Amino acid sequence: MSIYIRSSACISPQNTFGNVDFLAEVVEYNGTRLKAIEPDYKEFVDPKLIRRMSHIIKMGVAAAMQCLKNGETEMPGAIITGTAYGCLEDTVTFLTRIIEQDEELLPPTAFIQSTHNTVAAQIALMLKCHQYNNTFVHKGISFESALLDATMLLNENEADNILVGGADEMTDTSFTILSRLGLYKRWPVSNLNLYATKTRGTMGGEGAAFFLLTDKTSDSNVAELTAIRTIYKPESLEDIERRVIDFLAENDLTIDDIDLVITGKSGDTAHDDIYEQLNQSLFKGNNLGNYKHLCGEYPTSSAFALWLASNIIKTGIVPDAVVERHTKAGAPKRILTYNHYQKIYHSLMLVSAI
Amino acid sequence: MNINSSVYVAGLGVISAIGNNVAEHLISFEREEAGMGDITMMDTIHRKKLPVAEVKLSNEELASVAGLPADMSRTASLSLIAAREALDDAAIPAIDTLRTGFVSANTVGGMDRSEHFFVDFIKDDSKGKLRNVFDHECGSMTEIVADQLGIKDFLTTISTACSSSANAIFYAARLIKNNVLDVAIAGGTDALTKFTLNGFNTLMILDDEFCKPFDEHREGLNLGEGAGYLVLVSEKVAKTLNKKPYCKLSGYNNSNDAYHQTASSPDGTGSYLAMKGALERSGLATSDIDYINLHGTGTPNNDSAEGTAIKRLFEPDYPPMSSTKSFTGHTLGASGGLEAVFSVLAIKHGLIYPNLRFETRMNELPVDPAKKFLKGQNINHVMSNSFGFGGNCTSLIFSGTYI
Repeated sequence: MSIYIRSSACISPQNTFGNVDFLAEVVEYNGTRLKAIEPDYKEFVDPKLIRRMSHIIKMGVAAAMQCLKNGETEMPGAIITGTAYGCLEDTVTFLTRIIEQDEELLPPTAFIQSTHNTVAAQIALMLKCHQYNNTFVHKGISFESALLDATMLLNENEADNILVGGADEMTDTSFTILSRLGLYKRWPVSNLNLYATKTRGTMGGEGAAFFLLTDKTSDSNVAELTAIRTIYKPESLEDIERRVIDFLAENDLTIDDIDLVITGKSGDTAHDDIYEQLNQSLFKGNNLGNYKHLCGEYPTSSAFALWLASNIIKTGIVPDAVVERHTKAGAPKRILTYNHYQKIYHSLMLVSAI
Repeated sequence: MNINSSVYVAGLGVISAIGNNVAEHLISFEREEAGMGDITMMDTIHRKKLPVAEVKLSNEELASVAGLPADMSRTASLSLIAAREALDDAAIPAIDTLRTGFVSANTVGGMDRSEHFFVDFIKDDSKGKLRNVFDHECGSMTEIVADQLGIKDFLTTISTACSSSANAIFYAARLIKNNVLDVAIAGGTDALTKFTLNGFNTLMILDDEFCKPFDEHREGLNLGEGAGYLVLVSEKVAKTLNKKPYCKLSGYNNSNDAYHQTASSPDGTGSYLAMKGALERSGLATSDIDYINLHGTGTPNNDSAEGTAIKRLFEPDYPPMSSTKSFTGHTLGASGGLEAVFSVLAIKHGLIYPNLRFETRMNELPVDPAKKFLKGQNINHVMSNSFGFGGNCTSLIFSGTYI
């Protein structure tokens, strides 16, 4: 059985949402943080509700609704989300009030909207969708876990038109804490120059990307999601290489069949060594692309990578901003994304032309 | 992949206010001893006002039992204690040669530590011990425990509020059916935190007495804490076990109420769909169910919706049913794990758990929950309900087996 991406929608720090040319103009950020460009949410959500919704809920709901619209589907067969941090804004609001007000006279709204399943729940509520609804919250493979769930549901013949997405928000508080934890560069940089800085740390990011998955063929399908794999704490570079080769072999492919490898290079020298080495070994003959200078680093950034890969397949265009190494000509028919989060969680996604 | 293949329960582990392991739980159930009491572990203004069901070990004691650093989140310590018990209980031969995963659930991750961090942080954002916020994420809890158990093949975390663990259990079963794993430890964990205590308090759904699930005069829930895990194995692995598996997971369903972010619909649509879907999956009729472990939080809204849905589905033949939250309190993301363990034990030992403190029948349901502890009953099929915020409703069915 084949699994197809019927449609997608992405809110990110780039102009990726709505009727725009595919990454034609790249938005430059100077600093260590990329913020999502927010659409006019009134198109997607009742204005009365918007006021109460946090950033991640708005991004998630709008991307989900646009994805359904793009896929000409009113009611999905299941709703599955991945988010590592969940609803940070509401969590911090409620936690701060507990401390500042000494646990007294607390309004409930922030608590109600703080649960990690809020985005998936709000989508279900708006659609009155009673179908399967799940939320994965596992660090750098939250989105991949959701995607695996969706592919299993299709394999099981349990549901069709599965809405699956990854979303994380960066708040001022999480940015401060993650900066103190050393995730980001100590000096401001331009995202357009992220990989040339050769220093520790990356740029923080955020976003929401949703996909509608089906096992039905259609001329309007965007791409085939051929396979997905996650790896936890691989033992060595050789172990990673072996597992990539095995992953491709299970799909009757070798690395020579891959027209473009999109890696999760983040500009952090402590993390990019893996990509640099693979680019010289296993991936040495491949066209290469990067994406984290576009969306920033966050645990569900692989959802942005899947959006990018599937739209490259659909349009046949590799945007200039994505290219790291271009040696072979032609529109890509097979794209491998390889990302690792903090060297702990590694993920592979294989996207193919239909 | 064989979606019709069976997934068996080979091991159990649980910790809650009524016991630190399976054996202690069985004793507390038989003695009909509830775990609620005054708050002793948390520094909160709600001490002596709101009862909770605490695990009677300090953070340091819990970490020590678990074999973790003393400043570890309670959530991780609870998880490791129960998950390790389950894995030891299963005693799977040659487990090193099998693909083993850990699918765990929780709702607030390392929040008990983050609360300490924020006290200093909100005064000065360059302050606050980073160690206390480093493992804030839900996924960190799972990762810490998986590393201790030596599990590398697959790990993930689910968070769908109070139905989290039930979803973790059946996601794990599907990983086995889809030939991703041979063995999975699945369930969930949650520790008491000021965050959740105050959150539920703002919703005015906490009872300041011990909770009375499914009673007409119920006034809310008591929060609890704990962890519960099952070891699930494929048919192939089940045949290699040195003892008979407990039972199989015969039915499961996840449906959404799609009514309100926190409230259940009056007719219990989500609960009804989840129970009905789980029955259909198992191929069983309502008359086959020998016991229902209710979600039964004790809030007016949940019990009314759940009762209405049960009436709609089961009328006129109701199986015995009870809410074990009358013992353990509502352990939120862990509750589906705890109650899955209790459901499996009900099959193993023929148990019906009493619904403590029940006095007056609800208007919505023309039947009383079980009032007395019974053992040696003929219990073959048990339904376990877990419903949560965001309309997330999940039902599981466990069935005795003669493998």
